[in-house]
Amino acid sequence: MSIKDKQNKNKIPAKTAKVQSDGRLLHEFTKGLFKENPSLVLLLGLCSTLAVTNKVSNAIGMGISTTFVLICSNCIISALKGFIPDKVRIPAYIVIVASFVTIVEMILNAYISALAKSLGIFIPLIVVNCIILGRAEAFAGKNDVLPSLMDALGMGLGFTMSMLLLAFIREGLSSLGYDFSDYGAGMLSFIGGGDTLVIRGAEVFGGIKILGLPAGALFVFGLILAAINAVKDIIRQSKKNKSGSGHKAAAEGING
Amino acid sequence: MGELIAISIGTIFINNFVLSQFLGLCPFIGVSKKLDSVLGMGLAVIFVMTLASMVTYFIYTYMLVPLHIEFLETIAFILIIAALVQLVEIFLKKNIPVLYNALGIYLPLITTNCAVLGVAVLNVDRGYNFIQSTVHGFSGGVSFLLALFLMSTIREKLDLADVPKPFKGVPIAFISAGLMALAFLAADKGILDLFR
Repeated sequence: MSIKDKQNKNKIPAKTAKVQSDGRLLHEFTKGLFKENPSLVLLLGLCSTLAVTNKVSNAIGMGISTTFVLICSNCIISALKGFIPDKVRIPAYIVIVASFVTIVEMILNAYISALAKSLGIFIPLIVVNCIILGRAEAFAGKNDVLPSLMDALGMGLGFTMSMLLLAFIREGLSSLGYDFSDYGAGMLSFIGGGDTLVIRGAEVFGGIKILGLPAGALFVFGLILAAINAVKDIIRQSKKNKSGSGHKAAAEGING
Repeated sequence: MGELIAISIGTIFINNFVLSQFLGLCPFIGVSKKLDSVLGMGLAVIFVMTLASMVTYFIYTYMLVPLHIEFLETIAFILIIAALVQLVEIFLKKNIPVLYNALGIYLPLITTNCAVLGVAVLNVDRGYNFIQSTVHGFSGGVSFLLALFLMSTIREKLDLADVPKPFKGVPIAFISAGLMALAFLAADKGILDLFR
């Protein structure tokens, strides 16, 4: 579903992107951050978004790995777009992506093995992350190297940001602190050690443990999507008011 | 035998591929709007996952391991799966057109379904033998179908429900999926002891 949907969505920007200018490049970069954010707006790459956001350190690792693969594959694919026959382009893309994923897997295993262990099966699964194949098909296969690079950077950063948002909420509320031990750093705790808030010897709050579990990921993600919808509605409403009778109060209400 | 039952019960109810391992979430949200498409997609996934588990087991044990190129696992597996999906598509088109018409449009989507590559990698990680891999692949497909089926029945009801406006559509689907995941959480490991 993802690739075709995205292709249709991106038809217009992909065609016009041939006109290279600084503004164009900036647009390719920023569109991935908000307007076409891969996981929160386009709902791509959900498996890794939800599965690894139980810890902030996992989300950072996954975000950087995916962004690296995305940048490399986008550049290579856009550079090779004249050589890859149209009929076998999808298998060719998959092989290119899989090679970079293998490289990432080996690097992680060699240097940050604790992180590799906690990401586990989701490192090889970067291959089937719809974002990467989607960008290859919808953008890199039709554009030059530089716009593809900017596109990959923006999409990768957008993906990382949305994972971080989810992970900050989930880990913060479930374990009342952030654990960075995978990177050799310590634990950053809100309550100074331990996982239960104790006031005068009484255990007051032990964190919302459910948010660390798979069910919590689905809850939090649903709530974030609803919040985005609500904000969009408010913005739309204020635009309507502005163009209609110029209610400044409504617009200011959003800014505040 | 008990172990095989434990693998399948564990995969379907306790470590449900979609709801507790987050494999195959894209089709879970994308395809679960209608019951018909869920059955087509689910059956196609069961078919491909079982086949993929069998084939990747042979490739891994008799090609990658003797040649000491286990690090090519990811590339090899995804290529096998892509080729397998193509083969299945051609075979069905030629020999069983009825099934092809039912499953046809879902087959290309399966290549990028995390659950299929996931089951192949998990089989290797857990060191399953051939029979165990096959059972794991089949029950993984069943767990996918089960989650999709439950979700689609809920979503058909949700269309009629009076949901707050920002939650309409996908957000409420995620929240209900979360509630389902909670229910599956209750299927504790204690169930497995019944089969030992």
